[in-house]
Amino acid sequence: MTARPAARPTPPAVGYWIGFTVVGILLVAAPLVLPPFWQRFATEILVWGLLAMSSDILIGYTGMVSFGHSAFFGLGMYGAAAALLTVTPPSLWLAVLYGLVAAGGAAVFVAYFATRLRDIYFAISTLVFSQIFYVIIFTWTEVTGGENGLTFSQPRLAIPGLWSDRFTPVTFHWFVLGMVVVSYLLVRRITQSPFGMVLQSIRENEPRTRAIGYHVERYKIVAVMLSGLFAGLAGVLYAIQNKFAAPDFVFFVVSGEVVIFNVMGGMGTLVGPFAGAAFFLLLREGLSRFFTEYYLIPVGIIFTLMVMFVPQGLLGFLRRRLNP
Amino acid sequence: MEQIIIQTLHGLVNGMVLAMVASGLTLIFGIMDIVNFAHGDLLMLGAFVGASVLGVTGNYWLALVAAAIAVAVLGALLQVTTLRPLIGRDPLTTILATFGISLVLQQYALWQWGPSVRRISEPVPGEFTLFHLQYPWYRIATALLAGLILGGLWLFLKYGKYGIWIRATTQDRVMAQAMGIPVPLVYTAVFAIGSAMAAASGVLFGPFAGVTQTMGFDFTLRAFIVVVVGGMGNLGGSILASIFISLLEAYAAIVVSPAQAVIVSFVVLVLTMLFRPTGLFVPTPK
Repeated sequence: MTARPAARPTPPAVGYWIGFTVVGILLVAAPLVLPPFWQRFATEILVWGLLAMSSDILIGYTGMVSFGHSAFFGLGMYGAAAALLTVTPPSLWLAVLYGLVAAGGAAVFVAYFATRLRDIYFAISTLVFSQIFYVIIFTWTEVTGGENGLTFSQPRLAIPGLWSDRFTPVTFHWFVLGMVVVSYLLVRRITQSPFGMVLQSIRENEPRTRAIGYHVERYKIVAVMLSGLFAGLAGVLYAIQNKFAAPDFVFFVVSGEVVIFNVMGGMGTLVGPFAGAAFFLLLREGLSRFFTEYYLIPVGIIFTLMVMFVPQGLLGFLRRRLNP
Repeated sequence: MEQIIIQTLHGLVNGMVLAMVASGLTLIFGIMDIVNFAHGDLLMLGAFVGASVLGVTGNYWLALVAAAIAVAVLGALLQVTTLRPLIGRDPLTTILATFGISLVLQQYALWQWGPSVRRISEPVPGEFTLFHLQYPWYRIATALLAGLILGGLWLFLKYGKYGIWIRATTQDRVMAQAMGIPVPLVYTAVFAIGSAMAAASGVLFGPFAGVTQTMGFDFTLRAFIVVVVGGMGNLGGSILASIFISLLEAYAAIVVSPAQAVIVSFVVLVLTMLFRPTGLFVPTPK
């Protein structure tokens, strides 16, 4: 038997890893040099970027627009709240676990129904499911606190049995950054795996993917579930940062912002959503000086113009380099 | 028993208003394959324009007509500037674009008219007694008026020259163009008609619950549900579906709170999409 020639390893994308390291170092150093307001701002960008990246798995890689990511984000928040309010002493990792379970469970439930539908019908059904969760959370006052939401104290940053300490803004930023980097590398690995390739082939041509023999619905369900898990993680981080869970974050507005982040930053790049979140939040910060609370008027106009004229988003030109 | 009768009336009246909203949405979808995310916000804008005109002139019917015309012009402008360049692109692009428009309209209304609830006073005074319960005449008048407008739209589509143009374009736009129908113009006109219907239903709905800048989203969602349940692009189906859904919600409101009754229509939507994705009120596809 002749030995099969080993597949040639693809040359490592040196440029990509250099960029990755530079951005990473900048983000690690950010809280040390920035004033408190911008420190918090940087952390928020990471959290919203994580949420937007989770949605990119669907929008950019599978070709399904989800207008219901607020449900997964919000359930992550309420899951964390449940862990922090019921278990004493409050444990950070239990909060993460509860949040992921809540968001993942909701995602499987939504995916079971919604993935049978395509295009606009998928978008509407995710929206409708997120509204169902919103109505339940909003009206079930005894458990969820209704309109007021739930407040709790921040858990301690701890490695069980070894060490524990209070969160400071700087350590919290690093904690979020660590979570985000791990999530990013995971999602990147997933999208480049054979599974991710199938997702992209569903985006390009669903009937053909089915004809080749892939069980398209199952792939879609897993994609929605993965997306929901990372969205839930973002929700947990946001809840811990702000020490509350509120129904506003289950409402449609958050889902809309997630889609905006993706379109502005560049769908199908994974880094794009972070750039989109940063761009959006900076726009909001800058514009609200002139337009006060009506900043969404110019932001909406910019968004619509970008949909029309720059559909690939800010980082769209990097798409080939980011998806080797 | 009395409650059931009252809720039936409520459901029918709300259903007629919803039917007007949904018919505009379904007309636009049927002809252009555009899902108009800003439809509810056009309704909201119409209601605000109506409230303002009413405040100045004191004439409700004038307010109704003025709101419809103003929003129709706005709709035509939006279609020409934003949606026309997107024809032929991925349908999801148009959802995103109309979503952007909806953001702008909502914030504009907040900026222009403020966050407080506006009342539109009832144009038809008085109440009548039904099994010891008072029911305002105005609601009945609204339902009748909505029915008249829908009937007018149906007649226009069926027999009017331009209505026939619209139906021809819906069926086959390439062939329609070949027959000399100015298709881009028809698109703009349909968008304007849909916007006018939304604005008129906004003014009609105004006296029920007041006018706020967030009312649009609720209507967008409900109109979507109706359009899907009734069959996308199917006018008759949308009307039946609106009444069906509004009745269900009204009956559900007897048992649970109105906020939770919305879930009933969500469930109907999901079941429809799973088992009859072409719509409940259309003949079985062969």
